[in-house]
Amino acid sequence: MWRDAALMAGKDLRIEARSRVATNQIAPFGVLVLVLFAFALDPDRGVLQRAAPGLFWVAVLFASLLAVQRSFAVESADSARDGLRLSGLDPAGIFLGKAGAVALQLLALELLLGVFVVLLYDADVHRAVIVMATAAAATVGLAAAGVVYGMLAAGLRVRETLLPLLLLPVVAPVLLAATRATEAALDITPVSDAWPWVRLLSVFAVIYTTFGVLAFETLLEEA
Amino acid sequence: MSTLTRLVGGAALITLATTVVLGLGLPPTQEQGDYVRLIAIHPPLAWASYLSFGVTALASAAYLLPRTRARRWDHIAGASAEVGVVFTALTLITGSIWGRPTWGVWWVWDARLTLTALMLFLFLGYLALRRVGGDPDTNAKRSAIAALLAVTVVPIDHFAVQWWRTLHQRQSLTLTPKENLDGNYIAVMLLGFVAITLTYAWLTMHRFRVERAMDEAGDRSLDAAIAERRAEAGAATTTTAVGR
Amino acid sequence: MAPAVRFRAAVALLGRFPALAGVDLDVDPGEVVLVQGANGAGKTSLLRACAGLLPVAQGEAHVLGHDLRTGRGRRDVRRHIGLLGHAGFLYDDLTVEDNVRFAVKAAGLPDPHAATGRALERLGLHTRLRTVAVGRLSTGQRRRTALAVVLAKAPELWLLDEPHAGLDAESRDTVDAIVKDAAAAGAAVVLASHEIDRATALAHRTLVMAGGHVHEQDRVHVA
Repeated sequence: MWRDAALMAGKDLRIEARSRVATNQIAPFGVLVLVLFAFALDPDRGVLQRAAPGLFWVAVLFASLLAVQRSFAVESADSARDGLRLSGLDPAGIFLGKAGAVALQLLALELLLGVFVVLLYDADVHRAVIVMATAAAATVGLAAAGVVYGMLAAGLRVRETLLPLLLLPVVAPVLLAATRATEAALDITPVSDAWPWVRLLSVFAVIYTTFGVLAFETLLEEA
Repeated sequence: MSTLTRLVGGAALITLATTVVLGLGLPPTQEQGDYVRLIAIHPPLAWASYLSFGVTALASAAYLLPRTRARRWDHIAGASAEVGVVFTALTLITGSIWGRPTWGVWWVWDARLTLTALMLFLFLGYLALRRVGGDPDTNAKRSAIAALLAVTVVPIDHFAVQWWRTLHQRQSLTLTPKENLDGNYIAVMLLGFVAITLTYAWLTMHRFRVERAMDEAGDRSLDAAIAERRAEAGAATTTTAVGR
Repeated sequence: MAPAVRFRAAVALLGRFPALAGVDLDVDPGEVVLVQGANGAGKTSLLRACAGLLPVAQGEAHVLGHDLRTGRGRRDVRRHIGLLGHAGFLYDDLTVEDNVRFAVKAAGLPDPHAATGRALERLGLHTRLRTVAVGRLSTGQRRRTALAVVLAKAPELWLLDEPHAGLDAESRDTVDAIVKDAAAAGAAVVLASHEIDRATALAHRTLVMAGGHVHEQDRVHVA
């Protein structure tokens, strides 16, 4: 399973390295969303600074939708399912590999967006440890849930429009929890508030990773 | 089946009518005025939303287990979700109507309201997925997995919105009134629970039959389909011969 | 010797449509079987069923000793078959060499680098083409890459859907030589082709499919 996961993740990351869709399209999109928030909200009254954690995670959430769609679009167009099945790889390995590749791309994106949030929104990170723990737990959860739903929708004619409707309500608690934890890291709320949220994010990540490992074979073969 | 449906339907109509009559007859209270009468339907509607979600989840699990796999579980899951989405929407609407005079706004980011809203979106996504079409067995299995995935997040949502709204001692809106209501209000509310639950059961039974009928409409016997497919060979042989 | 393929009244459904409506088929190791038939006769479905991609719902279906009625059988058989489909199951953003090597590694074969090199050389892809992204190849080069993937996996059962399509004369000869070598080495080959003369010369026997079943067994080749 782990060997197959590494092979799958390596393949997906190699495709991204060569096609540069993540760096040339998804990352600029994320930054663009941050800029658009500044237009939507008044940048002079400290609104952006106070809302920075939430806006950051909304941008990440949108970008993760693109990353998940991309992860299945790179599997040959109308036969994503057939290509993955024919590879002979272990389904749990495929899931872990794809989720791992998406998670790594999201972490890189979060780093980039984080820099822009500090620059554009004048946000101050006071507690880096909380930020890192939050990002790690939230990213694993987003990637795991994303890849499960990506597989669920793969091959459907309406996948582009269906995926956001399926995925966003499910990852809503990730947005909520990650935002609250990040607020604490930015000293907007008391620091003691952070850890329950990080724990909630971890529970989410564990549940959806487990679900993916157990259910991916059924999703790949029969759904 | 049909006698049972009629019995349930009759009981639902009678209890619902009684609830409406008795509910409208309840006297207004000091704190909530006329709106207190929503107690007869709002909590029962919320209960029915949760019930329908639960039924969909259980039926989906039953479909996924090889031991109990049968298309009827898929029909039940779909029927319950369709009725559930209506009840969830009604819960939000009645809650909103109650919130407006009581709190001065149509929408409050109350933990329970937020959770209900999230459930509505989970339901809508599930129903959208059910409608993508294709092979019925594949569709049923995909939908069942989606239902379980969606239900899994509800407890997480519950904790998330609870903490979100209570961590800083923000006032939490409880839709059950704080003033001491006398037994009449409670009695009508309990009748409302019975009426709404019966209505849920009745509507779900009807939707179940529609789902089953649609399924059976496309379900010619496999033998007939195979015979028809093999008969294509007559035309095809000529084509091949010409091709050569 | 156990047959490579043994189908008895095999039925496979696409939704409610019986794409395969009672197929009887035997293919022995070392045998090359040509499947003919009009469009929609069930040729592609037969190849997909043999590859474990299309579940067999009724009847008997064994490939290389794996029971295709079971999910496990369909999964296990995939490492031992090579399917050349219309789409080719290639990653457009990866190079020719990366594509072949990924497939070989996924199949869990020993010494993937050597196997990849040999397959590329055989199909004339060891030149500059080796490092070109598959998305930038011509149709013929793409088909050759897809065939290289099958060749490198050294499958026990070759399932070739229109292997000559889109190729120049020289490459067609290469395809024929590869098929003959594979059969000589004991692999079974099932091919569907509209290149009647070329394919009949290559095959040991010909079946005609129509209406989702084998309509004529062992048609005699008329020169």
